[in-house]
Amino acid sequence: MAEEVKLLKSWSSRFGLRIVWALKLKGIQYDSIDEDLSNKSPSLLHYNPVYKKIPVLVHNGKPISESLVILEYIEDTWNHNPLLPQDPYHRATARFWVKFGDDKVLPSIWSAFLKQGKEQADAIDEAIENLKLLEEQLKGKKFFGGEEIGLVDLALGWLANLVPVIEEIIGMKIIDEERLPSLLAWMHEFSQVAIIKESWPPHDKLIVKYQDHRDLHLAK
Amino acid sequence: MAKSEVKVLGAWPSPFVMRPRIALNIKSVEYEFLQETLGSKSELLLKSNPVHKKIPVLIHGDKPVCESLIIVEYIDEAWSSAPSILPSHPYDRAIARFWAAYVDEKLFPSMKEIVSADGEETKKVAIQQVVDGLVLLEDAYTKCRKGGQFFGGEQIGYLDIAFGSYLGWLRVTEKFNQVKLLDEAKTPGLVKWAEAFCSHPAVKDVMPETDKLAEFAKVLAKARAAPPK
Repeated sequence: MAEEVKLLKSWSSRFGLRIVWALKLKGIQYDSIDEDLSNKSPSLLHYNPVYKKIPVLVHNGKPISESLVILEYIEDTWNHNPLLPQDPYHRATARFWVKFGDDKVLPSIWSAFLKQGKEQADAIDEAIENLKLLEEQLKGKKFFGGEEIGLVDLALGWLANLVPVIEEIIGMKIIDEERLPSLLAWMHEFSQVAIIKESWPPHDKLIVKYQDHRDLHLAK
Repeated sequence: MAKSEVKVLGAWPSPFVMRPRIALNIKSVEYEFLQETLGSKSELLLKSNPVHKKIPVLIHGDKPVCESLIIVEYIDEAWSSAPSILPSHPYDRAIARFWAAYVDEKLFPSMKEIVSADGEETKKVAIQQVVDGLVLLEDAYTKCRKGGQFFGGEQIGYLDIAFGSYLGWLRVTEKFNQVKLLDEAKTPGLVKWAEAFCSHPAVKDVMPETDKLAEFAKVLAKARAAPPK
């Protein structure tokens, strides 16, 4: 049977990007559909009835939702160019930092983005504390995965894409040379990798989108 | 392997702590269960989980593994002989992981909303949310079980552990609020599954009795309401 791989995503979604990167890293051919999230397609609602969200990977007609679940599925299904190490302990460690990224880093950066004044300053402090833990994990390594990009790099890759956008909008630096040199170097290294670079959503378009989002939020 | 080679840091009431214990039982791995005291964190816990300072932690040899579902996957991979905890087919694995994430991110928080609800109306809404979630899981169960008793089929597996570990607290919530969350009418399959899960040899010594857990819940509520020392 010919492989049929479809990815429902959006032009900007950081979660969809993870899947694009994983598929490209493994050299998997796929069709990509950009959803208009203000007008979700019947396909999306059919493939992800529980959350009605992107990304959704559809492999030979079978849908998989939730980006981290999709990443593990891709890893289980296409064994070449592995995203995870072989050793169970190192796998558990990678999964730990992936979860830390989503559970702690992402909300704290989002909070820093959407708040103002003292609340924002506190949120930035918290974000930096979380980022320092990532900094420690990186020490001396090119990528979180070592010499090659791995699952943790894909899961945290949104930092390289979005933090510069956020910093530009709020007019403050969160990840800088002095506090987080390894993380800054990693962001640069990661975003220069060909398959990562070619899927980067346009910076200017992201600025407009996120600025609008912040304005709307602060107007409430 | 010597018993002291494998340790679980935890506490008996925690659904998250139950998960690695059930997984180790499935693999017939002996372990030492080190219980934390309510209100304080041991040196070993702070050293083994410096990032979150939370239970459970599995210590295998001298290596700590944190986050309950990550620990369960680790157990499945480190003791790779049968029985397997995760399904073997990638799609079945994805379905199990999807619903395990659902119970942690949606179902359990909505259960907690019943407890924290202020007023009858808010409570009703919270209860309905949980029931709606359980109906989704009933459907998932019908599809996953493939003729067996469990989400994992003939044997208990990853999703049974992830969801089943909440059954103690689900029953306490039912008891305190005089409501049936799992019921014969809406979730008949899950009612039977819950029985089978709780009486499974890998589970029964680890699942707390509802009354004991209810007593603990009262102690916990008091401790949280009390002014800080």
